[in-house]
Amino acid sequence: MNPKSFEYHAPKSVAEASSLAEEYGMDAKFLAGGQSLIPLMKLRLLSPSHLIDLGRIPGLSYIRDEGNHLAIGAMERIAEIARSDLVRKQCPILSQCAHQIADPLVRNMGTIGGNLSHADPTNDMPAVMVAAGASIVAASGQGSRVIPAGDFFVDTFTTALKGTEILVEVKMPIGPTRRGAYLKLERQAGDFGIVGVAAVLEMSSDGRCVAAGIALTGVGPTVVKATRAGEILKGVELDKNTIDRASRAAAEEAQPSGDLRGSAEYKRAMVEVMTSRTIQAAARRQAER
Amino acid sequence: MTKVRVSMEVNQQMRDAQIEPRLLLVSFLREELGLTGTHVGCETTNCGACTVLLDGRGVKSCTVLALQAEGKKVTTIEGIGTAENLNPIQLAFWEKHGLQCGFCTPGMILASYELLEAEPDPDEKVIREALSGNLCRCTGYVNIIKSVKYAAKLRKKGMRGMRKGAA
Repeated sequence: MNPKSFEYHAPKSVAEASSLAEEYGMDAKFLAGGQSLIPLMKLRLLSPSHLIDLGRIPGLSYIRDEGNHLAIGAMERIAEIARSDLVRKQCPILSQCAHQIADPLVRNMGTIGGNLSHADPTNDMPAVMVAAGASIVAASGQGSRVIPAGDFFVDTFTTALKGTEILVEVKMPIGPTRRGAYLKLERQAGDFGIVGVAAVLEMSSDGRCVAAGIALTGVGPTVVKATRAGEILKGVELDKNTIDRASRAAAEEAQPSGDLRGSAEYKRAMVEVMTSRTIQAAARRQAER
Repeated sequence: MTKVRVSMEVNQQMRDAQIEPRLLLVSFLREELGLTGTHVGCETTNCGACTVLLDGRGVKSCTVLALQAEGKKVTTIEGIGTAENLNPIQLAFWEKHGLQCGFCTPGMILASYELLEAEPDPDEKVIREALSGNLCRCTGYVNIIKSVKYAAKLRKKGMRGMRKGAA
């Protein structure tokens, strides 16, 4: 099983990569770690004539603490995020999510930028980004812009990136009042999840939830932001009744379709269960501190 | 299609070749270099039989282009031990019956190698997690886990081994 033939390009800068994308248009694809793209090319579901490898552009792999957010370079490997002490301390939800993506070998190649740009509705990182209100930095030869994660995921395999834009950095909000968790239900190790839930809570000093972001993996054409679920949690204490109501709301907001991982009805039921568990896990994270 | 030059260090030896860009790392190793210890199993990024180390990290070489290894260090099963001088992990799989047909074994051993370099004394949970990208279809995992635990002991003692009857 091999990909169809293609021309290979190894630009040395983002600007060069962007101008190659402009030159070849729809015939070109960017290659990050390749853990989603290469399988698609081997199955001939995708056969770009030009492959633009971002792997030789220096300076795109880093994790930096910038005070109110972590800045993560697009080519940072999922495995590095999973094993980073900085991420585990400052942004446990991201660490927790990274550990649950695929398997350790895939995580060694896969990158955060590739995971997000691919915009597979069953990829785990998008829900974490949307729940946390992260920002995504896109660059081209002409400069860069910041896209809120909530606006980034447009449809299945479709993002707000223009053809010549490259995802270069993720800004993940952090802070002492934020608590997050990401849980997923999967059939077996390494498989795509059946349902995943990201919850990020902003807590006040008296233990109330000031704001909440809930987002769902695998139950829609792209990541689903469960807005009503988040609103139910806002401004109240997180008692059982509140969490139950928010979980039911999330299940209603999900747009699952049946496939080999389960019927739509089953997935909707699992969204309710997993949302409840995830909110509780995020709240427990607060108690641990 | 235009061929391009690729060069990388494979088992501590510089190798280069003119290849088609679409050539997968596993095909480069097996077909260009004749290193057939790296196996082709599922070809769909599931089984891990094709696991090699890329700059010390385990990767599924059926899902990596040879060109992605440009300028990097690749270690295959041939690079960590020989029949006369087995790596402690190889010796441990031998002693603890960590294989039956042996097809998944090169991948299991290289994934274990990465683990033991990072965590010399892993518990069962850590071993299971580290090997979760490698599938065995005959023994199950009990003896494989025993093998990795035993390999950790052998490594601590600095032991390598000789294949029985190899001399």
